[in-house]
Amino acid sequence: MTREGYVNSALVAALIGVPLWAHVAGEPFTITLATRAVIFALAAVGLNLALGLGGLVSLGHAVFFGIGGYAMGILAYHAQIYSPMFPDTLAIEGTKSMPVIWLVAILCSALAAFVIGLLSLRTTGVYFIMITLAFGQMFYYFTISWSAYGGEDGLSIYIRNSFPGLNTLVPIQFYALCFALLGGALWLSARIARSPFGLMLNASRQVPHRVETVGLNGQRAKLLAFVISGAITGLAGALFADLNRFVSPTMFSWHMSGEIMIFVILGGVARLFGPVAGAVLFVAMEHVLGDLSDYWHIYLGAVLLGIVLFARGGVIGLLAGQAKGHD
Amino acid sequence: MSAILIVEQVLNGLQFGVMLFLMAAGLTLIFGVMGLINLAHGSLYMIGAFIAATVAGLTGSFLLAVVAAMAAGAMAGALIEMTVIRRLYHTDHLDQVLATFALILIFSEGTRALFGSFPLYLDTPALLSGPVTLPGGIEYPRYRLALIAAGLAVALGLWLLIAKTRIGIQIRAGENDREMIAALGVDIRTLYTFVFALGAALAGLAGALVGAIQSVQVGMGEPVLILAFVVIVIGGIGSIKGAFVGALIVGLTDTLGGVFLPELFKLFMEPASATQIGASLSSMAIYLLMAAVLIWRPTGLFGVRT
Amino acid sequence: MTMKATLLLASMIALGSAASAETRIGMITTLSGGGASLGIDVRDGFLLALEQSGRDDIEMIIEDDERAPDVAVQLADRMIQAEDVDIMTGIIWSNLAMAVVPSVTAQDVFYLSPNAGPSQLAGRGCHPNYFNVAWQNDNLHEAAGAYANTAGYTNSFILAPNYPAGQDALSGYQRFYEGELAGELYTQLGQTDYAAEIAQIRASGADSVFFFLPGGMGISFLRQYADSGLDIPVIGPAFSFDQGILQAVGADALGVVNTSQWSPDLENEANVAFVSAFEEAYGRIPSLYASQGFDTANLILSALEVADPNDDPDAFREALRAADFASTRGEFTFGPNHHPIQDIYVREVVQDGEIFTNRLIGVALEDRGDAYADDCSM
Repeated sequence: MTREGYVNSALVAALIGVPLWAHVAGEPFTITLATRAVIFALAAVGLNLALGLGGLVSLGHAVFFGIGGYAMGILAYHAQIYSPMFPDTLAIEGTKSMPVIWLVAILCSALAAFVIGLLSLRTTGVYFIMITLAFGQMFYYFTISWSAYGGEDGLSIYIRNSFPGLNTLVPIQFYALCFALLGGALWLSARIARSPFGLMLNASRQVPHRVETVGLNGQRAKLLAFVISGAITGLAGALFADLNRFVSPTMFSWHMSGEIMIFVILGGVARLFGPVAGAVLFVAMEHVLGDLSDYWHIYLGAVLLGIVLFARGGVIGLLAGQAKGHD
Repeated sequence: MSAILIVEQVLNGLQFGVMLFLMAAGLTLIFGVMGLINLAHGSLYMIGAFIAATVAGLTGSFLLAVVAAMAAGAMAGALIEMTVIRRLYHTDHLDQVLATFALILIFSEGTRALFGSFPLYLDTPALLSGPVTLPGGIEYPRYRLALIAAGLAVALGLWLLIAKTRIGIQIRAGENDREMIAALGVDIRTLYTFVFALGAALAGLAGALVGAIQSVQVGMGEPVLILAFVVIVIGGIGSIKGAFVGALIVGLTDTLGGVFLPELFKLFMEPASATQIGASLSSMAIYLLMAAVLIWRPTGLFGVRT
Repeated sequence: MTMKATLLLASMIALGSAASAETRIGMITTLSGGGASLGIDVRDGFLLALEQSGRDDIEMIIEDDERAPDVAVQLADRMIQAEDVDIMTGIIWSNLAMAVVPSVTAQDVFYLSPNAGPSQLAGRGCHPNYFNVAWQNDNLHEAAGAYANTAGYTNSFILAPNYPAGQDALSGYQRFYEGELAGELYTQLGQTDYAAEIAQIRASGADSVFFFLPGGMGISFLRQYADSGLDIPVIGPAFSFDQGILQAVGADALGVVNTSQWSPDLENEANVAFVSAFEEAYGRIPSLYASQGFDTANLILSALEVADPNDDPDAFREALRAADFASTRGEFTFGPNHHPIQDIYVREVVQDGEIFTNRLIGVALEDRGDAYADDCSM
């Protein structure tokens, strides 16, 4: 096994071991923290597909995170008040079933990613960063004033949604669900990276003109990567909403986009487990530093700065050395 | 709606645009010359406002406060350029975004640790306070007219600096071919520090000027930063002319959109929901505009075609 | 107990060791970022009351929500799951309260709101374990509308940010206001330049302006309004005129009328003592947020005298409902939905030496409850 392999295994072992220990020791809050980390990791795994593999620096992934969140919020809200959406015309019933909510979240965010990607991929470099940011801001301001679903107040869902055969109100069971989904997303992105599609993406990031010369459509591959990326982040949004039992426009804010990007960079761009390491480290820092001082953002900033300046390749790069990514 | 009101709103849009230009000019210079995305530019704006409020509080002189704000902006800019930013020129945009995002966190909470959590007070100078009556009977705040004039003067000065002076030639050369001008014996490190400090000083100036009619508080830089990015992206990154045009377009769109969109919706809706929907749409207007511009011209209005 | 809270308390109150603590109170409030001054005032007012009580069997856990709903939810989970708190309080913003309060009260923990009072929690979403010690969100706006009638205004221009609290503000004003509207505007949340709005006010021919622009937005509006040379009288809720931001507005706020359930010059025994104790402890005049934090703590203390929330939650709830404490606002009782019934005053901004502050000039609404109590089926 490579050094990166050891680091990844240790990470997985911790993500299984720590919550189990917390469950036995009766520390439900540790499980909540771990769930938060795993959901953020899932969102970042989504971004990493676009960012690491496709070279698409999106500062608007909060759009998909938020759409996933609102898919959950709106469906569960209508189930909660027993009144359908568009009562006069379509009369779509709400639902409290997680699989249905996930499907809706994935489809909606994939659709949004398709439209945003189609428009944004006309640009490159900084322009791409900024146009994705602009789409994020549009959704943010729209939801703030969208009074039908709470506007800035957001939507509260009183009871966590259900999954067949599980009691999602028990922290460890909900955690297991999120962990399984993260595993699935990691498996998917490993597969994509090794597939001909992934290889083409990688090639079109590094030498776009050669890919075009041999008759492959690099743009179309990037768009597909962006759509899959958005869909995974959307799924994470639905889970995050269920973790908090609450959605609000802050899920769309540019800070959220920035944080998802931080998870990826912190862990190591284009490394399979980079987003996981980044999200775990970030949640841990938030928790530990927050207790040190009222001004803990200063320390957080200093740590982030230190990692960019002195640990290129993120935490995984630091621990596993300058190995190449999963290509 | 009367013609007077429309003229007044156009002036407001102009003033807003000119202030955005002060922010955008620094950002676009820094990007054009060094290829760096600086998210911490809004923090320099905030530093300018805080220093201006402090100096004005101590000395009572607005002029001194503005000078101090520019100096503080330039000094803070030079300091972070030499300690942090310099190491980022050869990295990709991703690292720059993260590092300057980290700087925002440090500056914001650092300012709060130093100055406390309560907003500070910075007054307009007595000479410029109150309204003035313009031809046509328009009453308009004197200070805002002064802001328009100051902004235009800075724009002119910047154009002269870049088009007519030796350092301007170096800056333009730096945008095109940095290896070459280094080979010609220009001290590229000093040039970069100078450009960064110049951009930072402009941000500090904007903070001081705007701080006098707004609230000086932690986090004030972020909304302006995002708008400034919209400006330079619309104008074309690296282009001072683009930043100027973009700033005016954004300033006018934002102001006039907020005024006319609700009026437009009132034509066919009941007033209460028309104002609400109009307001929602106008808050999205500049982002819609930016997306539209980029779809039409992917490198902005005056950007370099690739 | 977190280090932050430990340090704080150690420096201010000589509490006993955690082992002897019997009641655990969790406070989630905003202590960092732009809105921190409100949370700091609530916390300081609250801690002052605890210190004065001299009790050593109360453990405080204080955490910063960064004004982010997801952080607040996470902290609430932690306080309930890991710290086992009995009572929670502290949240400043309505959107955070909506995220946290329903799940807190559903888990049999008491929640006392020291600031936010969203209409949902006063109406259909009311809960036996939820008490609001500040006001229902509409109250101060309603009072402004009532004051506009007595002042003889018949043509108001009204504006607020385009978000739920802003929409509530404008409808709250119109609930009692009987005149016409010269104009109605929604501004962007976080907007800092109001030149366009001020021009519209000037053109509208209004005889009064009502605005709800909390925090920095209000500072910007007032300064720019004064600079425009307009002299149409302005009214607003106390949020734009609290002690923390008046100094930043400066002379431009002088003479502006605002509505509040509290004022530093209210002449009742509890308030006189509170204002001087607060000034002595912290070196600044208390804001209305500080008074709300102080009242919240005293309400909890009064109920703790009667019953323990752990042993006998029903008796504790009854004791809270009785509101048997000396409020800084004078008379204070709870309505059927656990929201205050209280007088809402009219204040004017005055200058006292170097300091800008508020002075009472009248009562806008007497014994005002709220518009949502009928929807509460408690």
